[in-house]
Amino acid sequence: MAGSAATLPAPLPATAASSRRGGARKVLPGFNLTLGYTLLYLSLIVLIPLSALVIKTFAMSWDQFWAAVSSPRVVASYRLTFGASFLAALFNVFFGLLLAWVLVRYRFPGKKIVDALVDLPFALPTAVAGISLTALLAGNGWIGQYLEPLGIQLAFNPNGVVIALIFIGLPFVVRTVQPVLEDTERELEEAAMCLGATRWQTFSRVILPAILPALLTGFAMAFARAVGEYGSVIFIAGNMPMVSEITPLVIIGKLEQYDYAGATAVATVMLGISFVLLLVINGLQAWQRRRAGAG
Amino acid sequence: MKSLKIALASLALVASSLASAQPTLLNVSYDVAREFYKDINAAFVPHYKKTAGKDVKVEQSHAGSSAQARAVADGLDADVVTMNTTTDIEFLAERGVVAKDWAKRFPDNASPTTSTMLFLVREGNPKGIKDWEDLTRPDVKVVVVNPKTGGNGRYAYLAAWGYIKKKGGTDAQAQEFLSKLYKNVPVLARGGRDATTAFLQRNTGDVLITFESEVESVNREFGKGKVDVVYPSISIVAENPVAIVERTIAKKGTGDLAKAYLDFLYSEEGQEIAAKHSIRPRNQKVLARHVQTFKPIKLFTVQELFGSLSEAQKVHFNDGGQFDKIYTVR
Repeated sequence: MAGSAATLPAPLPATAASSRRGGARKVLPGFNLTLGYTLLYLSLIVLIPLSALVIKTFAMSWDQFWAAVSSPRVVASYRLTFGASFLAALFNVFFGLLLAWVLVRYRFPGKKIVDALVDLPFALPTAVAGISLTALLAGNGWIGQYLEPLGIQLAFNPNGVVIALIFIGLPFVVRTVQPVLEDTERELEEAAMCLGATRWQTFSRVILPAILPALLTGFAMAFARAVGEYGSVIFIAGNMPMVSEITPLVIIGKLEQYDYAGATAVATVMLGISFVLLLVINGLQAWQRRRAGAG
Repeated sequence: MKSLKIALASLALVASSLASAQPTLLNVSYDVAREFYKDINAAFVPHYKKTAGKDVKVEQSHAGSSAQARAVADGLDADVVTMNTTTDIEFLAERGVVAKDWAKRFPDNASPTTSTMLFLVREGNPKGIKDWEDLTRPDVKVVVVNPKTGGNGRYAYLAAWGYIKKKGGTDAQAQEFLSKLYKNVPVLARGGRDATTAFLQRNTGDVLITFESEVESVNREFGKGKVDVVYPSISIVAENPVAIVERTIAKKGTGDLAKAYLDFLYSEEGQEIAAKHSIRPRNQKVLARHVQTFKPIKLFTVQELFGSLSEAQKVHFNDGGQFDKIYTVR
């Protein structure tokens, strides 16, 4: 489950008024060759391993499959995994945008270092992230010790899951928005200002439409990455059934019982939900692009 | 990830067997036995040289018990498996990877060593925890491994269940007692080490239920005197089963070596090494010598109360079993 799924071409309906006219003489040569290569590569890297997963579940009858994927514990874990991933990705959209904004628009000493720090969650083994976050936020941690008396518990409950997912998702948003922000023309903003737009109008009418597709991509990537995340979450979640169990942990639990079919069944459902969500986000993006292009 | 590990392990094996003509033996084992088998291997090599006149190399692989069993089933070329729950070897027997009658191939249910479940409490036992009853008190927080994801947690659960049964309680009473106990659990750890970390490094909870053999590593890693050991009135025998992997020895011709290795675990020397690592030896003589480490405690076996670990797994821990009921009926 890599974020790469977000860059899959969303199969748009044929009626979509795409900007490229199919059937007409193509300007770029080599379409057949490159498309063939793309499909081959995707099949080898993504589709074949994933179809193996689906095939494994065929060992079950439909009733068994349904029982495995719809038991209360498993359903509770879907809620937590997708809910926490969504929240974390949303949080990252706002704060990742802020961070990208500061990195692009301002100069300050140590900027290079801050810029490099953003990529750390990419490089750090997730287990290390989970352990360090837990050490910070647990009742005896640096931060946790001040929050616990106030009744704020950030470790060993769903809050911890969201925090861990925010941590691992941050670079996705920053890195997708940054180049687009760098490319937006300052003159457009200045023109808007001259024409009497308020700051908010400038942002919402000029800047936001330009960066929205990138923001959506960043959101999709952060979200997809968070759904499949295991290493950092299990250390901080507390892993209580019905409360703070993530779906990947449920899958591991099924493997512990040597229930391969059950594990793959749950994984297949996860995959299905993720794929549908990514498809929707990609669709949104395409729609947004067309709107921006038409305007 | 796992297949990569297997590939690497087998690569290492191929490389090492090509590099030297000396026979190698791969012992695939569970997570926390790493130190113990390091010492066993260091003692076994000269022992084998003396008795069989051959130099031998022993390789180790350690991870979660069930994960290791799955790796062996999927093709990791282990000569012997040394696990901490019989269900892991049962699984391999069903697949025909180890002999169907593996438990009869070696003495004592093919378990050269055992352990039991006990409590670790904070220094000086501030909450005055003495027995299983205390774990259900409203002012006590218990750290325990999730029975769904670790053998350590399964034994803790069965030990608590057995405590009620041995007092003459019914299954319904045992069920009620356990749901009270698990209401006091703030964190279900994924494995033994996670539980120890949560208890000692994060200061979570007042009591940790874990294997007796963990006490040694806690003292080693966190320093002596950080925790007190509390022996409950009764606990469970946790067998550490071993077996020869028939599939591998047929391929590599290492049958005699594998048998000699497992026999060595039963030898006085091997039992002595186990005792040093707080793992209970079967050998009564050795046990008596280490009475300081292994306090006498009333024990019951899985067989006597649950039939077998596989039975217990079906009734209690599989999806929809008793443990799920404790958590889904809130």
